[in-house]
Amino acid sequence: MTIQQVEDEIVEEFSLFDSWDDKYEYIIDLGKRLAPLDDKYRVDENKVRGCQSTVWLGAEYKEDGKIYFTADSDAIIVKGLISMLIRVLSGRTPDEIINAPLTFIQRIGMTTHLAQTRSNGLLSMVKQMKNYAVAFKIKNSQLQ
Amino acid sequence: MNVVADLQKGLDEVLDVYAIREQFPILKREVKGKPLVYLDNAATSQKPQVVIDALVNYYTNCNANIHRGIHTLAEEATAAFEATRDTVQKFIGAASREEIIFTRGTTEGINLVAYTWGRQNLHAGDEVIISGMEHHSNIVPWQIICEEKNAVLKVIPVDDNGELILEEFEKLLTEKTKIVSVVHVSNALGTVNPVKQIIDAAHAKGAVVLIDGAQSSVHLDINVQEMDCDFFAFSAHKLYGPTGVGALYGKKHILEAMPVFQGGGEMIKDVTFAKTTYNDLPYKYEAGTPNIADVVAFKAALDFMTETGMKKMRDYEHELLAYATEQLEQIEGLKIIGKAREKTSLISFVIDKVHPQDVGILLDNRGIAVRTGHHCAQTLMDRFCIPGTIRASFAIYNTKEEIDALVEGLKKAIKLLV
Repeated sequence: MTIQQVEDEIVEEFSLFDSWDDKYEYIIDLGKRLAPLDDKYRVDENKVRGCQSTVWLGAEYKEDGKIYFTADSDAIIVKGLISMLIRVLSGRTPDEIINAPLTFIQRIGMTTHLAQTRSNGLLSMVKQMKNYAVAFKIKNSQLQ
Repeated sequence: MNVVADLQKGLDEVLDVYAIREQFPILKREVKGKPLVYLDNAATSQKPQVVIDALVNYYTNCNANIHRGIHTLAEEATAAFEATRDTVQKFIGAASREEIIFTRGTTEGINLVAYTWGRQNLHAGDEVIISGMEHHSNIVPWQIICEEKNAVLKVIPVDDNGELILEEFEKLLTEKTKIVSVVHVSNALGTVNPVKQIIDAAHAKGAVVLIDGAQSSVHLDINVQEMDCDFFAFSAHKLYGPTGVGALYGKKHILEAMPVFQGGGEMIKDVTFAKTTYNDLPYKYEAGTPNIADVVAFKAALDFMTETGMKKMRDYEHELLAYATEQLEQIEGLKIIGKAREKTSLISFVIDKVHPQDVGILLDNRGIAVRTGHHCAQTLMDRFCIPGTIRASFAIYNTKEEIDALVEGLKKAIKLLV
């Protein structure tokens, strides 16, 4: 599936919920089910700024030329949001990540529903993931 | 007949919250499809219609630049602006109107003192004492000036109940102490500090005292002369007034001896390229065109409070605090941070296994506004080994029904999150 298709899939899933209560319940559930973060990523350099909660984001560039993200947060809703970002962006090439439109965040109403300060945290996470992609891309081009 | 009169008198002493609510138009709005429950009053209070009207009226009918104009509008605007100064003077019990300086708010008031009094009076090795429950606004300005002057910043520790440990304060006080700058009421815990005792002890050692009144001025009767503080800084927006304006009180002889803060118009007497002489108090510290409209509306807020009655408001707020404390304590896993003997209507708490931010988001989804995080008091959060709290702060327009809504919202949030 392309990034676009996964984004559409998430939007489709959210359209099934009638209320934000249900949407949050779903996001919380995603947060609870997010794969645990390897302790080696739980370091200060992996902390994402701009969040009220602490977010760690680890990224690994594997031989298949794709980036794999793992993350954790002490806040569960944030964790659920990260879980969705990982679903869309993990296992993609740097170029795919850099060019990902990520319209789903807006389409599920998250940007307008979350207070600005919190959606900033979400945007910082997106920015950090894209930064990783840019960094790996540059590193790659230097190796070649 | 006497019975009826007594009854009426009794009723007059009780705050009619529904009549109060009618005066705050924002309380009629909905958030996320639910009636707004605004419990973030320690961050900023909502504004009554009289304050909104004062702002609109100023721009509609008498906008002009103040003090210099010879025309009618300028005179009216000046009169309105200066009337606020008189009202502030009365409100905090200052000896003279010259002791009231308009600022952008508490933060600017503290910075003004740090940059003028501090720059003049602090020298290498001198000591500045603040407390462990300060807002960042009463930490950072002192850090900056202490670094510049090689002065030492000392901190009064806080005990487990969220009260200052006064015995430790006495030990910190020395002949080297030049200024003590402490918060009257903690924005993160609600603790009312024994400022009179602190001021007297500091004065005995020859130090001056600044009181950060950002949180106290809306809840307590302020009388700077009785308190005998040397400076008192507060903001209009915490006491039902507009944002972007506040006042700094300073004892006249201290203000007169202090160097100027910002240079510009209004604060001068004569300017030549060789030398500038400065204006008298309070204008010496009011460079540039001030925030006239908001200063004018500030008066409406103070009048609103005085007319409503400080005691009546305080009694009602205490009733809310007692009720909320009792209700919140019944929630399993909830722990109140800050159990000082004397508190204003503010409750900070944490919940087992739940991050404050998640609770804030879920409450917002029910139209309930609380604050989550470190409340600009990171050092205090570190003291309690927590990243932050959930803070519900109550104003005179809040009701017990709203506290019930908060409790209900918290229970639902916990169920979802745990």
